[in-house]
Amino acid sequence: MDIAIADYLPILIFMFVALAISCLFVLANFLVAVNNPDPEKNSAYECGFEQFGDSRMKFDVRFYLVTLLFIIFDLEVAFLFPWAVTFGTLGLFGFVSMMVFLAILTIGFIYEWKKGALEWQ
Amino acid sequence: MQSLVYILPEIFLFIVATVLLVTGLFLKKIKLINLLAIFSLLVAVFLILNQPFQSAFLNSFVVDEFSLVLKVMILIGSIASLIMFVSSKDDLNINIYEFPILIIFSTIGMMVMVSANDLLAMFIGLELQSLSLYVLAALNRNSLLSSEAGIKYFILGALSSGLLLFGISYIYGFSGNTNFNLIAVNINPESLGLIIGIVFVLAGLAFKVSAVPFHMWTPDVYQGAPTPITGFFALAPKIAAMGLLVRFLFNSFGEIYIDWQQIIFFISIASMMLAAFAAIAQTNLKRLMAYSSIGHIGYALIGVACFTDEGLRSLLIYLMIYLIMNIAVFAFLLSLKRNDGYFENISDLSGMHKNHPLRTMLIALIMFSLAGIPPLAGFFGKFYIFVAAIESEMLFLAIIGVVASVISAFYYLRIVKIMYFDEPKEEFDGSSIQSLNLLYYPSSILIIIFFIYPSPVINISEYAIQSII
Amino acid sequence: MTAQLLTFYLFSGVILISSLMVISTKNPVHSVLFLILSFLNAAGLFVILHAEFLAMILIIVYVGAVAVLFLFVVMMLDFKTSINKDNILQYIPIGILIGVVFIAELIIVLINTKFDLSNIQVLPNPLSDFTGKSNTEAIGSVLYTDYILYFQLSGVILLVAMIGSIVLTLRERVGVKRQVVSEQLQRQGKIDLVDVKSGKGVDI
Repeated sequence: MDIAIADYLPILIFMFVALAISCLFVLANFLVAVNNPDPEKNSAYECGFEQFGDSRMKFDVRFYLVTLLFIIFDLEVAFLFPWAVTFGTLGLFGFVSMMVFLAILTIGFIYEWKKGALEWQ
Repeated sequence: MQSLVYILPEIFLFIVATVLLVTGLFLKKIKLINLLAIFSLLVAVFLILNQPFQSAFLNSFVVDEFSLVLKVMILIGSIASLIMFVSSKDDLNINIYEFPILIIFSTIGMMVMVSANDLLAMFIGLELQSLSLYVLAALNRNSLLSSEAGIKYFILGALSSGLLLFGISYIYGFSGNTNFNLIAVNINPESLGLIIGIVFVLAGLAFKVSAVPFHMWTPDVYQGAPTPITGFFALAPKIAAMGLLVRFLFNSFGEIYIDWQQIIFFISIASMMLAAFAAIAQTNLKRLMAYSSIGHIGYALIGVACFTDEGLRSLLIYLMIYLIMNIAVFAFLLSLKRNDGYFENISDLSGMHKNHPLRTMLIALIMFSLAGIPPLAGFFGKFYIFVAAIESEMLFLAIIGVVASVISAFYYLRIVKIMYFDEPKEEFDGSSIQSLNLLYYPSSILIIIFFIYPSPVINISEYAIQSII
Repeated sequence: MTAQLLTFYLFSGVILISSLMVISTKNPVHSVLFLILSFLNAAGLFVILHAEFLAMILIIVYVGAVAVLFLFVVMMLDFKTSINKDNILQYIPIGILIGVVFIAELIIVLINTKFDLSNIQVLPNPLSDFTGKSNTEAIGSVLYTDYILYFQLSGVILLVAMIGSIVLTLRERVGVKRQVVSEQLQRQGKIDLVDVKSGKGVDI
């Protein structure tokens, strides 16, 4: 029952240590450092000016398209992992099965290439 | 390998879709691609009719009489929507060759849904179908309404898929299986978890068939989506989801039908009543048709609630008649065109009979049929449903159904009144409806002659249900 | 057992808190970051369940790809106005109502259910023997052969997603200069060889 935990004990301890250290740094900063704010210190640098708007700006919809296509191929790769692991025992049928799957996505790839979805106009 | 025979129509349609997808990249002939798509759907009908009956893929995919009949109905719906696409693609700003391909993909998803005998197959079929439909709803990118329809449909569809998956996980957890037949074997009638699972799955499916209280998306999506796609929404997915619902409930939970019967009972009553009242206030024809389809789903669900042979038979008869009537209605909506603009408001119809006597007569006929006035087909659909309800001692459901259909007759008949007795407006184009005639006349004729020769429809439904009960 | 319980409560506690933060932070970018945190902890839960493959897939796909997509969507939407708190308050009663219904359902289920899964038949003939296999191997040994239908259909779904995203977002831009490699490399039509007579100029 506890095997999973035992197997992952080092990473678990690592996570706790990381958490503890990062919390410690933030807290130590908060407690130890000299903190003496006044309005001049908090204002924008003297020759600058107040910001006009948000630093964030609208992204083009093309970024979205690229990420979406990335996700699709990412998922395709996710399907490849178990296949690669069991490749030796699956036999011809498993091989053909994966080839058909890849062919389906290759068709999609041809489509998006020819459509110009990968081009940055 | 030999199980490929059982999914031959699906594989065939998939190959056609991919070939068309690549062809369209190089050959910019939308009409040709559309024609090929229609032709291949017809070939798929032929393939389905010649399939051996068997279950395949570890009994998760069933080919039987029920799936055969429903698949043919779905394909008819898809073909009708592709014919509508030809007639309107230039004016609705949906002139892209991916339209028929997405319709084919969605059709494949629906065919998997109808054949699904496993929770996983059911979910994957549903997702394939709905993913294509989300894209189709938002196809007209220049129209805000269409984008809104796409977004609304997508968000609510994703929510319903979430509910469905939640229910599926409950059912799997409390029965240990995903296969419908094995769930039926392992069912524990006292398990409350199982019932909660059924409730969530039913909620998800009610979204897909747009039954009250999960109907909210329907009017907006119907109105916003381009009309051929609205037609497709009203035709094929409803039939597929009803088929799935029946197989899911009858195959796996037949033993505890008392539990789900109440839910269907409630959904059915709520759909009929809400549709009857809400449609009265509508001024847009597509919104009106949305409420009308909610109402019709309510009547069809009576057939499911009965849980008898008669109920199932009347459900299939009703779905067939619903399919034919809706093909006629949407073909008619697309023929309301003047100077390259489409008209969707009821008031635009006023005095139509002065300029188009034949068309107006047919529309009036379809409206009478939708309202369920004898001796048209719509009347018989409702008649069989009510008889089945009475026979299985659900008198209350039958009474509510009759009341709702009387109320809903008001808004169907109002359209007839506006067409015949109000001040005439400008003429509609006559030229654009050549291909629509293919849908228009046959379906109207079928609606009229049903009462003379109803036996084919009844025989088909008899044939279909033998594999379920 | 206690170590397992402890890690379970740690992970699920962080999931609950970070999901709460997803819907309550004002800045949508922070929401996405909290979403990533809850994905990571869900992966931790999978690890406790011995489902390492799913845990890694969750990180690769959800954290690596989906969260990035969400970030782009958030950036695309251009939220300038923060949500008005007064508006949220009016939904509280109905929210509480729905929450109570759900909690009541959960309690009813928990009280009335005997978690006796012993008499449940699993598949009559289990597909294959998974003992001694890692769960990646176990998935791999059935996914591509026994469950080929689902596998291929998910490929089709991915194809539809690809077509759909291109159909909906790709716009032909007119008047944009593009590089056409084949044209640049072509000799004919692009380069004019002119024989220049000595002492005379040439018109190009």
